[in-house]
Amino acid sequence: MAQMTMIQAITDAMRVELKNDENVLVFGEDVGQNGGVFRATEGLQDEFGEDRVFDTPLAESGIGGLAIGLALEGFRPVPEIQFFGFVYEVMDSISGQMARLRYRSGGHYHAPITVRAPFGGGVHTPELHADSLEGLIAQQPGVKVVIPSTPYEAKGLLISAIRDNDPVVFLEHMKLYRSFRGEVPEDAYTVEIGKADVKREGSDVTLLAYGAMVHSSLKAAEELEKDGISAEVIDLRTVSPVDYETILASVKKTNRVVFVQEAQRQAGIAGQVISEIQERAILHLEAPILRVTAPDTVYAFSDAEEVWLPDHKDIVERVNEVIHF
Amino acid sequence: MFQILNENGEVVNKDDLPDLSDDELKELMKRMVYTRILDQRSIALNRQGRLGFYAPTAGQEASQLGSQFALEQDDFILPGYRDVPQLIWQGLPLYQAFLFSKGHFHGNQYPDEVRALSPQIIIGAQYVQTAGVALGLKKRGKKNVAITYTGDGGTSQGDFYEGINNAGAYKAPAIFVVQNNRFAISVPVEKQTNAKTLAQKAVAAGIEGIQVDGMDVLAVYAATKFARDRAVAGEGPTLIETLTYRFGPHTMSGDDPTRYRTEDMDKEWEKKDPLVRFRKYLEGKKLWSEEDENKVIEEAKEDIKQAIKQAEQQPKQKVTDLIDNMFEELPTHLQEQKEIYQAKESK
Repeated sequence: MAQMTMIQAITDAMRVELKNDENVLVFGEDVGQNGGVFRATEGLQDEFGEDRVFDTPLAESGIGGLAIGLALEGFRPVPEIQFFGFVYEVMDSISGQMARLRYRSGGHYHAPITVRAPFGGGVHTPELHADSLEGLIAQQPGVKVVIPSTPYEAKGLLISAIRDNDPVVFLEHMKLYRSFRGEVPEDAYTVEIGKADVKREGSDVTLLAYGAMVHSSLKAAEELEKDGISAEVIDLRTVSPVDYETILASVKKTNRVVFVQEAQRQAGIAGQVISEIQERAILHLEAPILRVTAPDTVYAFSDAEEVWLPDHKDIVERVNEVIHF
Repeated sequence: MFQILNENGEVVNKDDLPDLSDDELKELMKRMVYTRILDQRSIALNRQGRLGFYAPTAGQEASQLGSQFALEQDDFILPGYRDVPQLIWQGLPLYQAFLFSKGHFHGNQYPDEVRALSPQIIIGAQYVQTAGVALGLKKRGKKNVAITYTGDGGTSQGDFYEGINNAGAYKAPAIFVVQNNRFAISVPVEKQTNAKTLAQKAVAAGIEGIQVDGMDVLAVYAATKFARDRAVAGEGPTLIETLTYRFGPHTMSGDDPTRYRTEDMDKEWEKKDPLVRFRKYLEGKKLWSEEDENKVIEEAKEDIKQAIKQAEQQPKQKVTDLIDNMFEELPTHLQEQKEIYQAKESK
């Protein structure tokens, strides 16, 4: 076991898979000799060569096309989109193409592609770097969307993503890259895609969260405990497909739910998840399901992030509303 | 413009005359005639409602088949929506091409020996993907190429440029064909760009560009062969612009070419018909007769009749089939939905 930051765990996952499977290719803008703008691919080109880890021209759509073409030749591409705000340039390759490849070829071809991209607020990035756009991809049938919140899960989920024979969009929250260390086994291990994790057990209310909001929810849960409110915190880990089994088991126990996402209220995945819960468990609910989200504006100018991004105080407030409904 | 045969079927460029045997020359003519009949029958079958989406190909036989004829079986084709003939001559069974038209997934379940994607509807996407396939071939050390096709309108897309540029940057074995039939639906090529040729767009990627008479099957073949040889020798990609014309509408989905094309223009291009000039060329070499041609026409009609029958006998698609084609392993929500549809389907 080693103590690693999330970014180190991510690098380690790629190293393990580059070693494990010669079809794995890592590429993107500045991922080669530079080791990535966040050092996520640091040392990988030196270790595995330019044939396996390489830079691309500055063109996201072209990167998506390269990944699809390489997949058709039997490779296992792990392309990087430098910031997920740039996904608009490559929406067709992801949602219009790789997500549909298996289906449109009647299973003849498939796309074992893992698209890695950083996102997320709180680190004062310039425009279109921090936007939470997971909701866009989560609406596309044929692609999975994974968002880890700890170093351990980042490595295990990324290995699972790379080994998955269907496309996975793997979103890495920038604020979590180096904010803390965690225990990470040195060898390969997997964390199952599509499985949520109960990060904290509780009995009065279920907090559903992913990404950085998992940590805000845990912080809120600690505060709530002081007031005698026991919050169960579930980290979705995969936002498409969502693990309803784990969610519903919790809802049936606590009978109250608050959904926490960093994305705007009209974005993210809260609307979809809440809709499923009310279809499947309305008789178990003591209160409406409330949401903690960002406001429905364009992502904040960096100097306004503090007032704009949802935080643990917003969560405590919302939990009190459902508790006292 | 690179040309070998003029409109009268005379060789105007002996130096570049490709080295094709008599049998190969006859095979090329056979394929062009067959494909012309396929186009006529497809239009008729579409009008009868027995086919669905169909993009006419008449006029483009030299461009489509001359280029395909230069390929090897293990080369990879990334076609656009009008490029079904190339797939058929690469080995896609005709009934599957008809199923593609009708909108049935089995039409896209290609036999292993047909290394190709199904026709791409998103104009330009096939270009960025081709750079990837070609890079893959290079990494595998294979002596094969990836070839793709788009139209004149498609050269305005970002993916067109990114595709040729990526392939250039990696010196990948790709052949990019632009079939310039002068119109993108109703928009003439002059409204796509102020560039005098489309082949010169290769300059922006730093790759080789060739403008070829797309109504001259020998010129198209020779250009593609040249590009293929360069590519497998590790010299990188080539952009080939074929100057061609579609005699029919854009697609059979309600397009009316009389709204944007003049009769004079059609007539002028009909004089350049690739079949007419190649027929003259072969007749001059005593390699082709009316009898040969009629035999091909009958063969084509019979094959088409059998293929449409086979397509119509294909089991209807069920929602559970569509669900099964989504992932290697179905996620829970799709398993649930599959059960719901299984119950419906068993009623």
